[in-house]
Amino acid sequence: MSRLGTIARRSFLIGSAAIAGGVAFGVWKLNQPLANPLQPGPGEAALNPFIFIDGSGVTIITPKAEMGQGVQTTLAALAAEELDLDWEQVRVLHGPPAAAYYNSVMLGNVLPFKDYAMSDFQHRLAEEVGRFGKVVGLQITGGSTSMTDGFVRLREAGATARETLKLAASAQLNVAPASLRTESGQVIAPDGTAIRYEDLAEAAAQIDPPKVTLRDPSHWRYIGQSMPRLDQVAKATGTATFGIDVRMEGQRFATLRMNPNLGGGMVSYDATRAEAMPGVEKIIDLGNGIAVVARNTWLAFRAAEAVEITWQSAPYPPEQAQMWEAIEASFADAPNSTMRDDGDTTNGIAGATEVTAEYRVPFLAHATMEPMNAAALYTGEALQIACGNQVPTLVQSHCAEAVGLEPEQVSVETTFLGGGFGRRGEYDYAVYAARVAKEMPGTPIQVTWTREEDMGHDFYRPAAIGRFRGAVQDGRAVMLDGQIAGPSVTASAMPRLTGMQAAGPDRVLVEGAYDQPYAIPNYRIRGHITDLGLPIGFWRSVGASVNGFLHECFLDEMAHVAGRDPLDFRLEMMRSEHAPSAGCLEKVAEMSGWTGQTPEGIGRGVGFTYSFGTPVAQVVEVAQTDSGIRIARAWIACDVGLALDPEIVKAQMVSGLVYGLSAAVMGEITFAGGAVEQQNFWDYDALRMHTMPQVEVAVLEANGHMGGAGEPGTPPSMPALANALYDLTGTRARELPLNRSFDFVV
Amino acid sequence: MTIPLTVNSTTHQIDLPGDVPLLWVLRDEIGLTGTKFGCGVSACGACTVHIDGEAVRACQVALRDVWGEVTTIEAMGTPGAMSILQQAWVDHQVAQCGYCQSGQIMQAAALLAETPRPGDADIDAAMEGNLCRCGTYPRIRAAIHAAAAKMSEV
Ligand code: FES
Ligand code: FES
Repeated sequence: MSRLGTIARRSFLIGSAAIAGGVAFGVWKLNQPLANPLQPGPGEAALNPFIFIDGSGVTIITPKAEMGQGVQTTLAALAAEELDLDWEQVRVLHGPPAAAYYNSVMLGNVLPFKDYAMSDFQHRLAEEVGRFGKVVGLQITGGSTSMTDGFVRLREAGATARETLKLAASAQLNVAPASLRTESGQVIAPDGTAIRYEDLAEAAAQIDPPKVTLRDPSHWRYIGQSMPRLDQVAKATGTATFGIDVRMEGQRFATLRMNPNLGGGMVSYDATRAEAMPGVEKIIDLGNGIAVVARNTWLAFRAAEAVEITWQSAPYPPEQAQMWEAIEASFADAPNSTMRDDGDTTNGIAGATEVTAEYRVPFLAHATMEPMNAAALYTGEALQIACGNQVPTLVQSHCAEAVGLEPEQVSVETTFLGGGFGRRGEYDYAVYAARVAKEMPGTPIQVTWTREEDMGHDFYRPAAIGRFRGAVQDGRAVMLDGQIAGPSVTASAMPRLTGMQAAGPDRVLVEGAYDQPYAIPNYRIRGHITDLGLPIGFWRSVGASVNGFLHECFLDEMAHVAGRDPLDFRLEMMRSEHAPSAGCLEKVAEMSGWTGQTPEGIGRGVGFTYSFGTPVAQVVEVAQTDSGIRIARAWIACDVGLALDPEIVKAQMVSGLVYGLSAAVMGEITFAGGAVEQQNFWDYDALRMHTMPQVEVAVLEANGHMGGAGEPGTPPSMPALANALYDLTGTRARELPLNRSFDFVV
Repeated sequence: MTIPLTVNSTTHQIDLPGDVPLLWVLRDEIGLTGTKFGCGVSACGACTVHIDGEAVRACQVALRDVWGEVTTIEAMGTPGAMSILQQAWVDHQVAQCGYCQSGQIMQAAALLAETPRPGDADIDAAMEGNLCRCGTYPRIRAAIHAAAAKMSEV
């Protein structure tokens, strides 16, 4: 800890520097200033680049990628709050890859604490470890960390800029800085003279920024309000540029056909027929597949299909049944982690009633609406990459390595993302584009995957099996002992993200189960890792997407055996453990008018998961109709501690719920002959307009720490639905997807 | 041998094989990237455009089979002059990632042209082919209702 403490010692330095025709402002942390990626002149590198002002106005640089979660809007609001911009004056850009934009929070979230029970000391420690993100240059949008990460940094950047601009105006007008105020992008003197920030920018660049204090929350105008999102007009007019829309002069269009046996290479291929097809310009051997470059994407698709390829086999058991056997077998291994071990779970409890159950959840694909793609231009000395991504620094370094350039020779432009959900936290799509571009020097290439390639070459949410034992007595849970087995996201992703092997107990494998706020005296959660050798990745809510289902279905079973109402059963165990979590359950009970009774033909279920710093309780209602079971309504109560933008939080909660319900009803990736069986939306579908429930959301702010919003809505939706189906039908489905056990309206 | 194609009131001579789907003519040849590729098999609606006012999946119509004038999202309105429907989308803050929304708007526009005051069942029936992985359906529904009300005023 001491070395880390030294590296991570907080030392805010505040800087500004000249840029062409203006000034860049910001703050940076830690002892070594980070190079400014916006490239001011020599000797001016020591500044962070959150805001720059030039002749055309103020631009706020957001270090986080906009993938639908509204992050640019909220981060911009934080800066604009202090900088006194009118909302119409706010412009945003995605930041380039740069260590200065490191994620200061995400690494702190790997600590094995239960967030709801963290002491202030533990929170400080997590902050320190998070700051270590600077040292490894982790620039990542993920883990629902954007708001906690940006909350202080963007406001400080705005305040620093404001105060420096006031100093510049004070010199120009020869009045005391304290007599100046700021409004609508101008500094205003006591006599009413107003100077636009643009006109002060160059002078401000010569001034050492003063120390600033942030405004008291009682003065906030934007923070806590629902702001009009900055991306809405572009997205309603087809003018928002996604990675797939990048167009450069002379561009060619390409696609990939990679080995469906993931990780396997190519024995041989014959492209004779494909080469003769219309519009085809080049076929490239990528080792584990081929790329076709053509004058049109569809012509490339068609030619890629016509290439005859003999594949190597997969480095993992090729059949789904063998994978399940491997997961089952890992229960026999010593647990990789025991993150919670309270009381005694090994000896029986006299007079208590035992409950046991086994659950299964499948592999899942991300299926972002925009299929994977990236654009690249290689010139020999430089590589230009443009794509949606959650990890610009990793895209930069891995593309550089793939084409034999230094990272400094690679530029990365982050476009809008047509969905991320964790998939764009990988960089494979960019590296493939870089490799294709290298074979066509001087020609810009847009590499677009077919939906089928995207579905079959994902980094999947792992399948898992949960074995749970519990005991109830006098209407209460007195023991819960859960074991979870499956492939590890951490073990698969760590080498890709950090170049290092995962070490130590795997927290992600058991998150959403070990860290739940229930007072159960004898309570143990253990995780067992199955090493399948399959590419596994971060899927919206990660471990909690598995464990929320296991844990909350089991609690429902315990409540039933205990003869209790499932909501009251939970509430009673939660009140003493974590009041804000109990508050969510109470709120959702009130919103849904929960009575524990449902009329014939209606079923209701409750689910609760504390994940990414946010407790979320949900009630789902299902109805039996002539054409099958319909998910009719859902209620969500979440506590994000501080809602920076309540409408955006609500939208994320609904989105998280739909993503979870879609997976619970019909999401399933299976393997046969080494390859993924599902191909497209016809066999990997999601809820649609006519199957979408009506949803109500309440956003509470009682929790002591700010939590995430993008992911925590997903985990409780799946058990809430399964529990509702039990209420409706009396059948307890212990396996996802639920359409294996029930007939839904389709 | 080129094939004539009229898009947003402009006629282009397209030098591509006749079996190339309209979607890829729009995106890669004419440079109208507002129309999106999601599945290529008529399963998502991201590529929805109008041919003579009718909503069709551009990934399923071969260039040589285009039977009328094509209208894409780019002709529905511009950032500075949005249509009533697009304004309703913005007012309701519908988009999340936004990738599906061009197709949603084109599908909704065709619905409103045919059924000026749609009920929820009409919206379900018209919109069920348009997938949104971000789950923006409730806001889409609200925006369609609001646009319908607004259009009936004028
Ligand atoms: S791309 Fe045409 S329907 Fe999906
Ligand atoms: S807004 Fe993202 S897919 Fe619809």
